[in-house]
Amino acid sequence: MTYRFRDLLALEPLSADELNFILDQSQPFQEIQRHPLKKLATLRGKTVVLAFFENSTRTRLSFGTAASRLGADTMNLQAEASSLKKGETLLDTANNLNAMKPDCFVMRHSSSGAADFVARHLEIPVVNAGDGTHEHPSQGLLDALTIRDRKGTVKDLNVTILGDISHSRVARSNIHLLGKFGCRFTLCGPAMWVPRELEKIGPPGTPIRCVYRVEEALEGADVIMVLRVQTERLHEPSLSQNDYILLYQLNAERMRLAKKDALILHPGPINRGIEITPEVADGPRSAVLEQVTNGVAVRMAILYLLMVGATEGTHPALEGKGETSPKESAHASD
Amino acid sequence: MLLIKNGRVLDPASRTDAPRDILLDGERIAEIAPSGKISVANAAEVLDASGLIVAPGFIDMHVHLREPGQENSETIETGTLAAARGGFTAVCCMPNTKPVNDNASITRFIVDRARVHGHVRVWPIGAASVGSKGEAIAEIAAMREAGIVGVSDDGKPIATAKLARQIMDYCRTLELPVIEHSEDVSLAAGAVMREGIASTRLGLPGMPAAAESVCVARDVQLAELTGARLHIAHLSAKASLDQVRYAKQNGLRVTCEVTPHHFTLIDEDVTYDSRYKMNPPLAARADREALWQGLVDGTVDAVATDHAPHEPALKDVEFDKSPFGILGFETALGLALEQLVHTGKLSLMRMVELFTTGPARVLGKERKLAVSEPADITIFSLDRAWTYNVNESASKSRNSPFDGKSFKGGPAATIVAGKIVYRA
Repeated sequence: MTYRFRDLLALEPLSADELNFILDQSQPFQEIQRHPLKKLATLRGKTVVLAFFENSTRTRLSFGTAASRLGADTMNLQAEASSLKKGETLLDTANNLNAMKPDCFVMRHSSSGAADFVARHLEIPVVNAGDGTHEHPSQGLLDALTIRDRKGTVKDLNVTILGDISHSRVARSNIHLLGKFGCRFTLCGPAMWVPRELEKIGPPGTPIRCVYRVEEALEGADVIMVLRVQTERLHEPSLSQNDYILLYQLNAERMRLAKKDALILHPGPINRGIEITPEVADGPRSAVLEQVTNGVAVRMAILYLLMVGATEGTHPALEGKGETSPKESAHASD
Repeated sequence: MLLIKNGRVLDPASRTDAPRDILLDGERIAEIAPSGKISVANAAEVLDASGLIVAPGFIDMHVHLREPGQENSETIETGTLAAARGGFTAVCCMPNTKPVNDNASITRFIVDRARVHGHVRVWPIGAASVGSKGEAIAEIAAMREAGIVGVSDDGKPIATAKLARQIMDYCRTLELPVIEHSEDVSLAAGAVMREGIASTRLGLPGMPAAAESVCVARDVQLAELTGARLHIAHLSAKASLDQVRYAKQNGLRVTCEVTPHHFTLIDEDVTYDSRYKMNPPLAARADREALWQGLVDGTVDAVATDHAPHEPALKDVEFDKSPFGILGFETALGLALEQLVHTGKLSLMRMVELFTTGPARVLGKERKLAVSEPADITIFSLDRAWTYNVNESASKSRNSPFDGKSFKGGPAATIVAGKIVYRA
């Protein structure tokens, strides 16, 4: 097994085997997060662009930490400070950053398909760190890794997603990933945010149902993903916050409807008291901080696969004959 | 003198489908006779149309030539050359130029430029409202004097039902068609493609079919109220077509056009490549089937390209930031043959009608092959294999999703006012 794409633009085109492969590759990097010394030399001399055309704290820091723990240097572009404000096009910005000869281009952008567009113009690997309302592949992977850790498997689970599914790239990436492992989805939120078309976007045969009563959505759930109610970015249409809390907030009482061992995920940042109560968010079933830790590991695996795999054609760790498998190099750095 | 010999003449106006020779004298048709019957003066140039179809000159009643104002994307010269290469002998250019063609001076500018630089006839469409802003009625009578053949606020609908009603009332008395880009702008706001499974999967904001059909319903009812000639531009949705069918059954003077891209592609074909972005957007599979039906049963009056050039710098951006529109001239006939004729959906006669007598009737014109008629003729092949290379397009722009596509049959020669303006 190798990772056969130059880029990581979406999880939709990846097979279950390929997704599993990335998750397996993340595992040694998870271990590294527990070591006192976390820095490897795997990507020493390489440069990773972190081009965040849309504001982000968590994902940008997570990719930055991943790059740094692999020994790579980073070039940071943030929307606020960039020449986009001066009217430069995305293509010009990408070409200019590329002219500084980086080895990988991690980007977040508010337009769906923006990473796909940049990848069509650049020769180096492009990693989609979130494009509009399309996909957020590394989030999907880190969610799956977290589920696998806690539940022992990502297969055949009942997954409930609550919130504005229509505008959620996190929901799409999760549906594409977990759908390939036989998970069944229940999508729940106000009708304007949960269009029926969503029932048809998953891998062929994936059971996806849209429901509009939270009680119905939680019944029998193994995993509950709570999406952020975006107060900073307008939902279209916007909805009264009071109505949302009344109808869809995940609280302790409603949690009783889910399975006893149901796992709660949230891509963050959390609006405490809006989409989820603090009691539930901080409770034993919540894995929100593990998600963040796993995010670094998954992103290390992504950078490793695209940059080492892409330039050397094979994956040393997988084939067991390389010199720089992440596990080995982890030990080497201890 | 130009003699077109040995062709299969196809003329929807007279329902002719027979081997005929046609002699052109200056700008007019001088003689039409069975093959070999016209005795040629030595001075006559001969165009051998063996194995080809000889039809009345094709009309594209919905195009954007971008002049004045956006000459980086297209000019009257380059646009009409592309039209000639597509087999068109006349084009109706929409008024959304910069400035908007909402007064007689701009109309005269376009007509004059076309006379000097145009490769085919240019029949301008005037703005319905001043600046196409939807506030006041434009100087439609003065523009008619200058040469417009219809009015439209294309790019958007006439802003309010009240103004649309007034313009329809006025244009009825001026005997001009009102060409509507029917769209409920609130339903379409922010959308970049048709709403459906494909838009949901891609995470691109979609507009429902109702964004079009709600406004078509408004416009059809206003046509009923006013008795005006209403033409629905680039109709894409089944629900809209049903409105037009209803109007026709009730004797209203309502017509419509369909673009080659809407009878060829659907929303499932959309990728993040902005060459798949146009307005109205590519519709659902069921809509395309309804359009095919409408093309067959006569509900659709014309095929029009909505040729919408945008210079590469404008299109080479994120999908949602790209302007709407794609090139149309050079691939229209190839697509019509491929999708409609070679598949057996349409007779060749019906297809030719959709490019000739159909749009002519909408515009209140005649189009036929007869002695003393203008010598505008489109000659095309049914079987010539060719591949579209957009980098060789006569247009200044490159925004076609059909780049690299192979076709069977296409334009062979285009004759305008007795002159060969294009020959394959």
